[in-house]
Amino acid sequence: MEQAAQEKLNDAWDWEIPSKLVADLDDWREQFSEVQELVVSQDGERIAAIVKADDALTVCVNGDTWTSTFEKAWALHFGPDGRLACIVMNDDEWTVAQEDEPWEERYDYVWNLRFSPDGSGVAANIRTSDGYGVVLNGEPWDAKFLQMRSCEISPDGLSVAGNVQLEALSEGDIFTFRKGLWGLAVNGEPWDAHFLNVWDSVFSDDGAKVAAEVRIEPGLQTIAVNGVPWPETFRAVWQPIFVPGSHDVVAPGLAAGAWKLLMNGKPLWNRSFAQVWHQTFSPDRQRLAAVVASSFGRWTIAVDGDAWKTTFGDAVLPPVFSPNGRRVAAVVKENNRWTIAVDGIPWPEDFDMVWDPVFSPDGGIVAARAVQGKEFYMVLNGKVISLGCAKLWDPVFSPDGSQLLLKAIEFGRLYRKVVPIKQLLA
Amino acid sequence: MGSPAMKLPELPIVGDPGLDENAKNLTPERIAEVINRVIDRETAARFRVYMNTCVHCGLCSDACHWFLSNDRDPRFSPVGKVKQTVWEMLRKKGRVDPDFIKDCSRIAQTECNMCRRCSMYCQVGIDVAYMLLTVRRICHELEMVPQFMQDTVNSHAVTLNQMWVKQDEWIDTLQWQEEEAKSEVVTARIPLDKEGADIFYSVIAPEPKILAQLIGNMAQIMAVAKIDWTMPSFDGWDNSNMAMYSGDFETMGRVERAHHEAALKLKVKRIVMGECGHAFRGAVYDGPKWLGWLEPPVPVIHAVDFYHELITSGRIKIAKKFDEPVTVQEPCNIVRGRGLGAKLREIIHATCSDFRPPEPSFEHNYCCGAGGGVINCGPPWKTSRVKGNSVKAEQLAATKAHIIITPCHNCHSGIEDIISGYKLGMHVKFFSEILMETMEIPDELRAE
Ligand code: SF4
Ligand code: SF4
Ligand code: SF4
Repeated sequence: MEQAAQEKLNDAWDWEIPSKLVADLDDWREQFSEVQELVVSQDGERIAAIVKADDALTVCVNGDTWTSTFEKAWALHFGPDGRLACIVMNDDEWTVAQEDEPWEERYDYVWNLRFSPDGSGVAANIRTSDGYGVVLNGEPWDAKFLQMRSCEISPDGLSVAGNVQLEALSEGDIFTFRKGLWGLAVNGEPWDAHFLNVWDSVFSDDGAKVAAEVRIEPGLQTIAVNGVPWPETFRAVWQPIFVPGSHDVVAPGLAAGAWKLLMNGKPLWNRSFAQVWHQTFSPDRQRLAAVVASSFGRWTIAVDGDAWKTTFGDAVLPPVFSPNGRRVAAVVKENNRWTIAVDGIPWPEDFDMVWDPVFSPDGGIVAARAVQGKEFYMVLNGKVISLGCAKLWDPVFSPDGSQLLLKAIEFGRLYRKVVPIKQLLA
Repeated sequence: MGSPAMKLPELPIVGDPGLDENAKNLTPERIAEVINRVIDRETAARFRVYMNTCVHCGLCSDACHWFLSNDRDPRFSPVGKVKQTVWEMLRKKGRVDPDFIKDCSRIAQTECNMCRRCSMYCQVGIDVAYMLLTVRRICHELEMVPQFMQDTVNSHAVTLNQMWVKQDEWIDTLQWQEEEAKSEVVTARIPLDKEGADIFYSVIAPEPKILAQLIGNMAQIMAVAKIDWTMPSFDGWDNSNMAMYSGDFETMGRVERAHHEAALKLKVKRIVMGECGHAFRGAVYDGPKWLGWLEPPVPVIHAVDFYHELITSGRIKIAKKFDEPVTVQEPCNIVRGRGLGAKLREIIHATCSDFRPPEPSFEHNYCCGAGGGVINCGPPWKTSRVKGNSVKAEQLAATKAHIIITPCHNCHSGIEDIISGYKLGMHVKFFSEILMETMEIPDELRAE
């Protein structure tokens, strides 16, 4: 979610009550023959799971079940606005249910449930007897396609794009394939241009442009923006992003055996890497970071073209900027141990698993949940600050940065806790 | 090669539109440009070392099932295949004609399984399979790939899986197999996209496409063993990679990235992959290396290793042993390539009472003849593939087993073709099928 919108929402949350018991999950396990994976709302006030009662599936939220029941249900998620949604089926007809309200229209299949950053747009891919398409907030596209393999929603939640197959292909027909049968459909309208492949796509902030990875010849890939490929071609490219607030596109490209980050087809940084991907802008749009392999087998983060000196052998996950854009952190892995590196300096402690770093509003503190053995722990600036518990979700800082919201399962119950940072650091 | 001059029989001409049609688009200039570019810019230093150290002794010949099964015809010996392709390309500095490239594609793509048995017999350790993979890369760059192989790679490029499985078909199949599994083991589930699970179980596309019950079997095994596992609802679930074998390394990289990124996104501790040999090679060696990883970012465990862990740890108990005579096809990519031979024997001994060891065995085992992408070249090449592995038929027949355990999808199909081609009257089973027949399902988990 846009940082400002998120802060406004957080502001409205309860930051007063230090600890609330949200739900007793042991009760659920007694009540239902099956309790599937648990999901928790961002504000920690609600916990939900798909459950089985009397041979039908339904959704249990804070101990109350939906009135609707289903033969099948999956992909349960709290959207960014806190509304609960999942994909459901009865009598072989699928749809999306939001807060116990299934969408009216039904389809042969529904998948790739997606939310816009503020949660106002909820979309998914659909299959009907007429072909493949998209449903957005209950409204399906008129246009249907032979096949569709993605569902990308615009930042304003009003548009959806996805790669589509434009011509039939019989088994083994490599010659028809060679003509280029794939395109990108935006709000049901396919691009004029066809390609051998269209892979991941992304909208500009204003929703006016869509950029996607395309393959134009067997050995040539590039980025196409609204169907127009860059004149420059590469042996391979990875997913593009738009520069926030503009129509400039940044993507990694491989040429002459080296990967470079490109803007509108031209090298952006003056060096190349053994690999570069997951480029990410800071919230103030001033800085650009990416995961890079600075040499073969050594991974790190590069910020504005400068790679951190410390490198990691196993993996580096996508960079996360502090809200003010001054700091960058990422999950890193070395010798099969996970930790977090902040501005190039890894925490001394490592874990069996660690989740993405969460910065305090002023960037001074980095929090993350981690797993050690069978238990979850909260980690602040590299120090474990909680006892082990059965499950934790991502922490949230209060808008003034003085408190941390923790969502933890302890003794079979979900607790929502608001803890002063001072206390945690003491 | 040390062999006396001999009159060699004409090889049957095999029609393949992927080669015959595409050859018409080749020009001498394009051929020379591609050959010289690939050899000059894409080969590692070892390519030149191999070229300079091969003493043409022919010791590698007896390693190759193609040579042994084709009346010791030197054209099928490892060094013979390199001689007919790479040596000629270099000697003529890339100035070769389309018919020559057609022959190169046939030799490198359909008459070598990349099994690396020959490397063990070469006194200077030349990796002939690597030389022939370079030939495949050249043929790919010239769009001279057998039709069915290219179609498989097209599928990888579009769907990131091997068999054109649509996204909805994939998820639908998992949901259906979950129901099937539940009808046997009440707690069986296939948890989709479960973030933080211990294991991401990945499969190859023939499973959802034609062998869906194998996924259902796995759901039962996972439930009995009480494993915290998941499968992604999104692309990246297929661990197979024929692009690695067609020389389309860019597509290979994309497929492997999706697989490893799925593991990273799901925050799993390990990837356990189903019974497939080449997929293991792609996921553990070739794929990560092309992407810049020395090792896979999340450890990858082959099914044989996983089953060994389940059985030796007691998570799975064996209720009764399988008592028909069994033997094993030891897949090159996990036995010669990874040393899983001993573990494979141990799990067979743990589950079967009458094991008939093949000879030769372990890392010396003969390839099934299907691997390295050869079976993916499709029906036009089936006759030569089966003819090219009579030694495998003799080896299997000598065991007098009824069942051949083959923990590799390619081997599985390849051995089935050998069985029918040579009328062996044997049957092939994955190890998971043996496990399904022998594992104990506690009463409290059994569906009524
Ligand atoms: S099939 Fe195996 S033994 Fe024969 S040349 Fe190829 S790698 Fe060597
Ligand atoms: S590859 Fe090795 S064994 Fe074969 S001919 Fe050359 S040196 Fe001899
Ligand atoms: S299919 Fe099986 S035996 Fe054959 S090459 Fe692959 S791993 Fe080897």
